[in-house]
Amino acid sequence: MEWFDNFWAVYSNLVLTIGINALLALSIWLTLSCGLLAMANAAFMGIGAYTASLLTMNVGAPFPVALAGGVIAPTLVALAIGGPTLRLSGVYLAMATLGFGEVVRVLILNAESFTGGALGLNGIPQQTQWWHVVLALVVVLLLLWRLRRSRIGRAFEAIKEDGVAASLMGIGVMAHKMLAFALGAAIAGLAGALNAHLTFFIGPSEFGFDRGVDILTMAILGGTSGPTGPVLGALIVTLLPELLRGFKDFRTMLNGAILVLIVLFLPKGLWDPLRFRQWFARAPRKPAPATVGER
Amino acid sequence: MLEQQLVNALSLGCVYALFALGFTLVFGVLGVINLSHGAIFMIGAYAALQAVTKLAFPLWASLIAALVIAGAFGFVIDLLILKPLRKRNAPHLIPMIATIGLAIFFNNASQGLFGAENLRFPNEVVPNEQLHFAGVQISVLELAIVLLSFALMTGLLLVMRRTQLGRALRAIAESPKAAALLGINVEGLFYLTSTVAAALGGVAGVLIALYSNAVFPLMGQPMLHKGIAVIILGGMGDIRGALLGGLFLGFAEVMSVAYIGSTMRDAVAFGLLFLVLLLRPQGMFGKVLERKA
Repeated sequence: MEWFDNFWAVYSNLVLTIGINALLALSIWLTLSCGLLAMANAAFMGIGAYTASLLTMNVGAPFPVALAGGVIAPTLVALAIGGPTLRLSGVYLAMATLGFGEVVRVLILNAESFTGGALGLNGIPQQTQWWHVVLALVVVLLLLWRLRRSRIGRAFEAIKEDGVAASLMGIGVMAHKMLAFALGAAIAGLAGALNAHLTFFIGPSEFGFDRGVDILTMAILGGTSGPTGPVLGALIVTLLPELLRGFKDFRTMLNGAILVLIVLFLPKGLWDPLRFRQWFARAPRKPAPATVGER
Repeated sequence: MLEQQLVNALSLGCVYALFALGFTLVFGVLGVINLSHGAIFMIGAYAALQAVTKLAFPLWASLIAALVIAGAFGFVIDLLILKPLRKRNAPHLIPMIATIGLAIFFNNASQGLFGAENLRFPNEVVPNEQLHFAGVQISVLELAIVLLSFALMTGLLLVMRRTQLGRALRAIAESPKAAALLGINVEGLFYLTSTVAAALGGVAGVLIALYSNAVFPLMGQPMLHKGIAVIILGGMGDIRGALLGGLFLGFAEVMSVAYIGSTMRDAVAFGLLFLVLLLRPQGMFGKVLERKA
C-alpha cells in the first residue's frame, strides 16, 4: 500500500475536490431536472461556506453543527428568494439568479467586519476528512436516485417538459420548483461548507460568476439525463487542468472550447443512456446479411 | 456639485448603453443571450490597440479596424455556432451556454496572446481636452461617447421603425417562422444582426478602453455583468430600454458613490437589478415600451 500512501499524499486534495465539485454539479442538475436554469448555486455555495466557517471560527461550534448551519442557511435564503424569482422562466430566471449571485458576492465583499471582505477568511480549521466527502456524495446520490424514481421526481420531469400541462395534471408546479430550488441550494451549501473546511481559506471571488459557469459546465458536459452525468462532468472538469498542464496559459481556453464543442456535437452531454442503448442495439444487427428482396 | 455628478452619470450611463445596444439587439432579434458580447468588446479594444501601436493607425482608422474585426467575429460566431443550434431548434438556453464557452475561450486566448497585464493606448492618441460650460466639465471623449450612443440609438430606432429592413427584423422578432413564410430572408438577417451587434460591441470596446484607459483580457466581464443589468432594467430586447437602462444604472451608481460610498457601487447596481427582476421582470420600462426591438 506504499504506492497508495504516496498517491494520497500528492493527490488527496484533488480527489476530494472532485467529490465537492460532483456535489455542486448535482445541485445544479437538480434544478435543471425541474426545467429551471438557476445560476445561483455558486452564491449558495458561498453562503454555506461562510456560514459554516463563521460557526467554527467565531462560535467554536463542533463540525456537524457547522455543516448543518452551512446547509440550512442557503436553504432558507433559497426559500426566501424562491417565491418571486421562480415565477420567472427561461433566460429571465438565469439572469435573475446571476444577478442574485452578484448581489451575494458584493455583500460578502462589503461586510468586512464579518467576512473579512476581499481578504476572505483565513485559517479555517481543516476538519473535513476524506470520508466526510465520500459520505456526503453517497448520501446525496442515493437521495437523488430515490427522488428521481418517486412521485416528486416524475413531477419534476413533467414540469420540465411542459409546465402548463403539468399543472393541468394536478401537479403543484410552484411547490415542486421551490423544492428543487431549495434542495439544490442545500446541496450547494453542503459542498461549500465541506470545501471551506478542506481548503483552509475562502474569499468572495471564489463564489462569483466564474464558479457559477464552472458548475454549469460540469453538469452540461457530463449530461443532464441522470445523476451520473454531473458526477462524470465534475470528474472531467476537475482533472482536465491537471491533464492539460502542458498547455500552460491556454488550458482554460480549452475548457471554453470543450464547452462549445459539447453543446454543438453532443447536445445531451457525454453520459447519454439513450445513445448508449442505440449503439448496443445497432451492433448485433450489423453482421446479419440483408436477405434479397427484403427492401 | 450636483450638476457635475449629473454629467458624470450621463457619460457613465452612455458607456453602459453603448455596450448594451448590441447585446439587446441580438436578444431582441435572435432571442439569444449572447454572453460572448463581453469578449467581443474586448476583441474590439485589442484590435484598435494593435492597429494604433503596431500599424500606427490614427484613432479614427483604428475605430474602423475594431468595427470590422469585431463584426467579422460576430459573423463567424453566428455561422459556426449559432446557426447549427438554430437549425437543430435548440432551446434558448443552449446558445447561451455555447456563448459562455466562447467567452472563456476568447478571454483566455487573449490572455495567452497579449498577456494578462493592463495595456494602455499611447498618450498622444487619447484625446484628453476638457470642455467647460455652465460650471461643469466634460472631456471630449465623454462627449463623443454621449453623442455616439444617442446617435446610434436614434439610428437603430429609425431603421427599425421606418425601413423595410426594420419591419423585417421586427417580424422576425415576433416569429421567425411566420417571417420566413412571408418571404423574408430570415437567415440572412440573423447573420446581419449578429454582425452589426458585434461591430457595435467592438466600437464600444475601443471607446470604453479609451474612457477608462485600460485594455486587459477580462475587461469585458464586468461590462457584461453591467450589460445584463442594463437590459433587464430597460426591458430585454428593447433598443430605447438599453439607453434608458444604461442611463438609469449610471445615475444610480454615480449617486451611490457620491452619497453612500464607493464600495457599495456594485451592490447598488445589482441590488437594483434584483429588485427590478422581482417586482417587474419585464423591465422598468417594459410597460411603456412594450414592443421588442
